[in-house]
Amino acid sequence: MSSTVEQDGRGGVNLTRLMVNFGPLIFLAALMIVFTVMSPNFIDPLNIFNILRQISITGLIALGMTFVILTAGIDLSVGSLLALCGMVAAVVAKGGTANTLSLSASGGTGYGWFAALLAAVAVGALAGYVQGLAITRLKVPPFVVTLGGLTIFRGLTLTISNGGPISGFDASMRWFGNGMVGPVPVPVIIFAVAAILCHIVLRYTRYGRAVYAVGGNAEAARLSGLRVDRVLVSVYVIVGFFAGLAAFVLSARLNSSEAVAGMGYELTVISAVVIGGTSLFGGIGSVGGTVVGAALIGVLQNGLQFNNVSSYTQSIVIGLILILAVAFDRFLKSRVRR
Amino acid sequence: MSLAQAATAPADDVLLAVEGVTKHFAGVTALNDVSLDVRRGEILGLLGENGAGKSTLLKILSGVQPPSSGRILFDGAEFKPASPEESKRAGIVTIYQELSLVPTLTVAENIFIGRAPTGPLGLVNWKKMVEDSRQIIGRVGLTIDPRTPVSVLSVAEQQLVEIARALSLESRLIIMDEPTSALTESEVQRLLAIMDRLRKDGVAIMFVTHRLEEASFICDRMTVLRDGRLAGHLDRENGEPVQIPKIIERMVGRAASELYARPHKREVPDEVRLSVRGLRTVRDPEAPHAIVLEGVDLDLKAGEILGVAGLVGSGRTELARAIFGADRIAAGTITLDGKPIAPQSPADAIRLGIGLVPEDRKHQAIFAALGILTNFSVAALGRFSNGFGFMAERREREALSNYKKMLSIRMASPEQAMEGLSGGNQQKVVLARWLARDPKVLIVDEPTRGVDVGAKAEVHQILVQLAERGIAILMISSELPEVLAVSDRIVTMRRGRITGEMPAIEATEERLMELMALDRREGRAQ
Repeated sequence: MSSTVEQDGRGGVNLTRLMVNFGPLIFLAALMIVFTVMSPNFIDPLNIFNILRQISITGLIALGMTFVILTAGIDLSVGSLLALCGMVAAVVAKGGTANTLSLSASGGTGYGWFAALLAAVAVGALAGYVQGLAITRLKVPPFVVTLGGLTIFRGLTLTISNGGPISGFDASMRWFGNGMVGPVPVPVIIFAVAAILCHIVLRYTRYGRAVYAVGGNAEAARLSGLRVDRVLVSVYVIVGFFAGLAAFVLSARLNSSEAVAGMGYELTVISAVVIGGTSLFGGIGSVGGTVVGAALIGVLQNGLQFNNVSSYTQSIVIGLILILAVAFDRFLKSRVRR
Repeated sequence: MSLAQAATAPADDVLLAVEGVTKHFAGVTALNDVSLDVRRGEILGLLGENGAGKSTLLKILSGVQPPSSGRILFDGAEFKPASPEESKRAGIVTIYQELSLVPTLTVAENIFIGRAPTGPLGLVNWKKMVEDSRQIIGRVGLTIDPRTPVSVLSVAEQQLVEIARALSLESRLIIMDEPTSALTESEVQRLLAIMDRLRKDGVAIMFVTHRLEEASFICDRMTVLRDGRLAGHLDRENGEPVQIPKIIERMVGRAASELYARPHKREVPDEVRLSVRGLRTVRDPEAPHAIVLEGVDLDLKAGEILGVAGLVGSGRTELARAIFGADRIAAGTITLDGKPIAPQSPADAIRLGIGLVPEDRKHQAIFAALGILTNFSVAALGRFSNGFGFMAERREREALSNYKKMLSIRMASPEQAMEGLSGGNQQKVVLARWLARDPKVLIVDEPTRGVDVGAKAEVHQILVQLAERGIAILMISSELPEVLAVSDRIVTMRRGRITGEMPAIEATEERLMELMALDRREGRAQ
């Protein structure tokens, strides 16, 4: 009685279906092979860890952005928020603002790395909370709210720092940016742990189900008893938290918080999420995809550098890959649906 | 039913002939050797359950997909449209359920989209466009200002604008895909009258519908599809409409008497579960014409199915949403098991033990791209997770598999995307979603809309079983046979008020329709 068309496309393992699920990963592997052939040093573990360290900052934010985009939202403010959180972390770490800054790295009048970390993630989460409220209570679209946030947070950063950087942290804080555990850089470990946690939350918890449901169909989610507004606010808190964490790691690594840090990061972050297969319309996507997406961008940048491609050309290539990756994804999915 | 007499078209004036058309998709045969023809000046009904192949045939005719084999003759010449535009240019226009007008543009702009009349400088001649539009929509009986934006029109008016546009394109065959599913009764009558007028003007119409009464009433002939094959052609005999039981028999391949069987009188314990008194809803200043409840009183007993019969705009859906906490209440009380309740949100109502299967499955109930498992458990995440917020997936899967058996849900795996299921199976998953919460009250709004005939009977059976388990069921429906077949007691609604109440045994379609549709009662009361 039930329609025969329903059986469509489910006849065992087929290649297209496999590629839909692992498309970005296959793309990443192919790219790595090409770069290795072009210059064998590319695959050296040192270089691989180098790439991983490079992607860990934007990668951390991309983890949070995955939650946001899964709900069909967007957060354009993350780059500015990163600068703001970094500046706050620096102020706390140093115990003062740029104006009182004449202390050396070993000054010891600050509040230490832990307070700096707490301050960074708290400011990030709070900023996300406020933006989430504006989105759900004032009914302003996320694009607009976070576009406003983008300029507001940058302005706040410049106000706090008076335009200049705050530099020179103690060794315990710098460890989070430059330290190693065996051969593995600390930022990579932070990124990996965060990615695993995010994966577990999205895949195995009640909250994760709610995120997918709200992104898949907000009205149906509401009528199924989910507190849609709370879920929406929470994802902006999460991305804000990760912007704060990324800010802390970046400041630690550069041994400095810059007022101009993180400019344009929102685009890299969103690219990573989208290349990783998360749909901008919400409801579809995964943390694994985002990690692969971030890695793909990192590998491209590094591989092109390895082959002496100028940074100007690099951005052209990355833009093209972004479009191609999504087009490829669409193509595969349309073939499976037919 | 005075239109019935008009239904005699010249018999051999064939406009469109489909000959042995077959369509394969990735190893599945969606259409198998189907032949039919449409003559000038006639209305051909195309009927069949969901998945019978109607949509595939429409896609082929409108140029979205080519057939795998077979041929199509249009006006005597072979017809192989490579695109929807080509099909349109040849004179075949398809009007889909989801209308294709641009809501932000005016009626005139929509009619002349892509071909606006221009003046000497190549600029749009607005005056001519508006004047011509006025004439064009006049053909379908619309008298609205062509400068009205489409977004403020009712669905029925939008549909007429689409038909008018099709006529202005010199279309010779208009294919209407479920045009009446979103219309009120009077709008349906108006549409049928216009279809009749077009038929007299010599336009051929292919009328795709689920509503057998309308098909029987208006169609000259019918072609029925089943499982992608031709299940038969039915003609009017001596001007008499095709009998509905005959159509059903062709559609489902068994006798119609098995469907819509009237239940025996069931014993319902006399225990009021849900009681509503003087319920009024808030008038939304942004939607001044929306229906509000004007004081509804209602008692729903445990183990009872209370049918709410009402036309579109009677307030039946608003009643459901108000009880469920989805819309704001202005006045009145709701009591559940003797305790007053005031749900502020669906989440509140659900916690109190109320469930809602909404009217518009696609937009309000299902998560099309997500897996069946997620669709199933979304309202009961608390029951399927542990104290730390982790999903207890094994328990969740076991529960789904139980309901799969109990409701005979046909699905490939719990991970299968919901959009891959037929309407009936989707509805069963939505029902299972609520069963997993073991609700005290279940409100079902149009439970079999978009569900094919066979699965309809199954959904009805499920509702009766649930009532027997003690759940109080409020069933809202605009299909009277359904209300009569499933309910224990029936109330009718009109303009935000209850207009009548009776045991189902004493109800007839005529009596219900009178209470739902006629102003007489109100007139007498004043």
